[in-house]
Amino acid sequence: MSELEVLEQIKLSPKDFATDQDVKWCPGCGDYSILKQVQSIMPELGRKKEDIVFISGIGCSSRFPYYMNTYGMHSIHGRATAIASGLKISRPDLSVWIVTGDGDSLSIGGNHLIHMIRRNFDLNVLLFNNEIYGLTKGQYSPTSKAGKVTKSTPMGSVDHPFNPMALCLGASATFIARTLDRDPKHQREVLLQGSKHVGTSIIEIYQNCNVFNDGAFEVFTDKGSKPIETLMMESGQPLVFGAESEFGIKLDGSTPRVVELSSVSKNELWIHDEKDRFKAQLLTSFFDDPTVEGHLPRPFGVFYQEDRFRYEDAISQQIERAIEIKGKGDLAKLLSGNNVWKVG
Amino acid sequence: MKIVEEKNEVTIVFAGDSGDGIQLTGTQFTTTNALFGNDISTFPDYPAEIRAPQGTVAGVSGFQLKFGSNEVYTPGDICDVLVAMNAAALKVNLPRLRKNGTIILNTDGFNAKDIKLAKYENNPLEDKSLDDYRTIQIDVSKLTKAALVDSGMGKKEIDRSRNMFVLGFLYYMYSRKLENTEKFIKEKFAKKPELIDANLKVLNAGYNYADTSEIFTSRYNVKAAELPKGEYRSIMGNQATAIGLVAASQKAGLDLFYGTYPITPASDILHELAKHKNFGVKTFQAEDEIAAICSVIGAAFGGKLGVTASSGPGIALKGEAIGLGVMLELPMVICNVQRGGPSTGLPTKTEQSDLLQAIYGRNGEAPMPVIAASSPSDCFETVYEAVRIAIEHMTPVFFLSDGYIANGSEPWKFPNPDSLKEIKAPFINGEVEKPFLPYRRDQNFVRRWAIPGVEGLEHRIGGLEKQDETGDVSYDPENHEKMVKIRQAKVDAVVNSIPLQEINNGLPEGEVLVIGWGSTFGVIKTAVKKAVEEGVKVGHIHLRYLNPLPKNLGELIQKFDHVIVPEMNNGQLVKILRDKYLVDAKGINKIKGIPFSTQEIIDAIEDSIIKV
Ligand code: SF4
Repeated sequence: MSELEVLEQIKLSPKDFATDQDVKWCPGCGDYSILKQVQSIMPELGRKKEDIVFISGIGCSSRFPYYMNTYGMHSIHGRATAIASGLKISRPDLSVWIVTGDGDSLSIGGNHLIHMIRRNFDLNVLLFNNEIYGLTKGQYSPTSKAGKVTKSTPMGSVDHPFNPMALCLGASATFIARTLDRDPKHQREVLLQGSKHVGTSIIEIYQNCNVFNDGAFEVFTDKGSKPIETLMMESGQPLVFGAESEFGIKLDGSTPRVVELSSVSKNELWIHDEKDRFKAQLLTSFFDDPTVEGHLPRPFGVFYQEDRFRYEDAISQQIERAIEIKGKGDLAKLLSGNNVWKVG
Repeated sequence: MKIVEEKNEVTIVFAGDSGDGIQLTGTQFTTTNALFGNDISTFPDYPAEIRAPQGTVAGVSGFQLKFGSNEVYTPGDICDVLVAMNAAALKVNLPRLRKNGTIILNTDGFNAKDIKLAKYENNPLEDKSLDDYRTIQIDVSKLTKAALVDSGMGKKEIDRSRNMFVLGFLYYMYSRKLENTEKFIKEKFAKKPELIDANLKVLNAGYNYADTSEIFTSRYNVKAAELPKGEYRSIMGNQATAIGLVAASQKAGLDLFYGTYPITPASDILHELAKHKNFGVKTFQAEDEIAAICSVIGAAFGGKLGVTASSGPGIALKGEAIGLGVMLELPMVICNVQRGGPSTGLPTKTEQSDLLQAIYGRNGEAPMPVIAASSPSDCFETVYEAVRIAIEHMTPVFFLSDGYIANGSEPWKFPNPDSLKEIKAPFINGEVEKPFLPYRRDQNFVRRWAIPGVEGLEHRIGGLEKQDETGDVSYDPENHEKMVKIRQAKVDAVVNSIPLQEINNGLPEGEVLVIGWGSTFGVIKTAVKKAVEEGVKVGHIHLRYLNPLPKNLGELIQKFDHVIVPEMNNGQLVKILRDKYLVDAKGINKIKGIPFSTQEIIDAIEDSIIKV
């Protein structure tokens, strides 16, 4: 059967992926929009429902699997990545999705996240970043800005926040992208691209927690500030931004500079190349505080993508190779070993 | 021609610097005697530091073995022969040697520097401290050098084959042939023919030296043991564990997924399993202990046989995830090769102090079956049982072993694969109710194993309390209590699939009952046998199943006046027995990182009677 025929035969709609469970996020939470987009792209995976697994850790976002009519596991704090690793090694045939948050995967589960990334299993990670602990009612998280006043930091946080995209790239990620809960179209596009990547795709989603951290990403979503504060990366296209696309990014040596297109021709701009690891490193470091004078805009879209061998495939190949060399395991031989003696 | 003197059993300890190849010498001597037909038990004792300073007491590596023409259950309490390659090795091991025992000394390891490193005040070869023993002094280094004088090899390389001289010497002394070790040398150095030559030369030199020198007038022989008829091999505990897991996965028709993190003394299970990829075994060396158990949970969710192993500190790290396994009700086996604790404790020393951790060591009410192996070869059958219980009862199961049996070895009458019990996974075949109820159970409270890829069984499970049958999240108070009781009842029901407890040795009723578990089996058996011979009315029960305990244990206990419970901990099983059976059981405890001696158990048996 061709891929198209399979798709034809499966013919699922987003509704097929909804469950009978009441969705229990706070009204207005950014999670709703993500759930909707994820359900909307599911039919396009070309996979049967029963071949898809959602695994989450602990946190508001981690309720997600209960709302997806696929196989799912709501596990323990920070460990979804490790559980998914074991599942993917033992069942390479499944489409595996990890749903996690900034506390779940960058704090308590940080170690598993980076190790999973370097192994490059073929799976997808939806990293809901709301820069706060929502489920435990409002403590600062590893992505909260320095100085953030929360219940646990009444005088402001003295922690320096993680830059998740830079962290993942540093761990040798083969696909990293950032999107926004409030930009459904962009979100959908990025989710689809991530789903098609063969390897670990990390999708950081800026998600508004309207209860404990409302407006954390407002400068990137507000109609007025969005054009000037966000840089929508498109492969093969120059990096431009602004309401009228009046600004661009130009590389001056290895230093990115904002230039006005009125004074510089488009040809001189930085052309986004998802395969360029060095440039991706620069792009992930576009992480300035938007309130600081002279800051760079925040990039959204796919930073980097590379094709690299998957851990689970390598393991499966070693098994095939071992069988080739030694033949299929013979239990009687294994039990007897090489040095047998007889009594009686 | 020397006279051959018959012996029933001999205990030898080989000791030297950790670079002296002591473990290899011990293993070779063991295999040769095993192939000859002796019953054997071994106990390697190596330093925690990989390369402790040469010549010091901290760097001494030892290998003890007992071989006999009778059945041998322990590596021996007191040694007949001590082979000491240097002064430090003598100092560490002399207390293990019986009075009038034999010491074979490498005199080259007793020069001024060695004496100083071993922190001896005087050279023990020159003062009178060894007068109570028979010493055989050999300049092994010099003789090895002489044997290799034409080889063109450097001093370092020559010194590396000194252990072969000692081995050859002992083969002569105990009337054994060189054949097995010669074969081994040829295989081991297949790629370096010059080393084959050198090692064979030295091995023979040792043998001939023993023959021609006038050191002793008689040789010894230990006749083959009268073991039950059949085919045997020698096996170590960790190896038996690994093989048992492969066998169980084959019989269950499930691929084995082994997720683990290196830790002493469990890592050899990983090393062994990594060799068996042609059985479809997938090994995963995870980034930490938590990831290891979590990867196993993932594999179990995917319908595979998930297994992890560690030792105390690693098990502590896995605790939360094991609780998730209990909550999800997925099959998996967690092996704990116990070592001295708490914390990092005594990594290379043995202890049985994680029993309570295994039975109770999780948050909330999180019961799970716990079973323990009693000897190196018993690891096979016990871990096989662990897999069977895990799969057939859909639960995580603890398999306990310890450093003593993990590294110890003994002859094993290995089974025929056809004789192994069938293991049947509760997968769903055919029609299923709609909507699917993932937590619907059978009469043993076992739920079905619904794995991804099967149409119509899509479901969500998690660590939150779940509603009976549907598995939906539920905070209902009545439901929570019900679920806690169901999970307990499920583990309790395992009792229906395990055998009744037998009296393992000694008498079925009488004055004293000795109840043990784990690696104390051999020593308790030996002690009880002796005590019975001396007329004491004593019986021995050795528990493989620690949770749940066999149904009839209470009745068996009733038949004795006193109960003693020897454990290499501060009293753990004894607490459980007292709690469960309201019996005045007394703990006999040794917490020194070394196994009990037979005499210690005999004394405890006798004390328990006298005290009354
Ligand atoms: S606490 Fe915040 S993140 Fe959590 S559900 Fe409510 S709004 Fe969403």
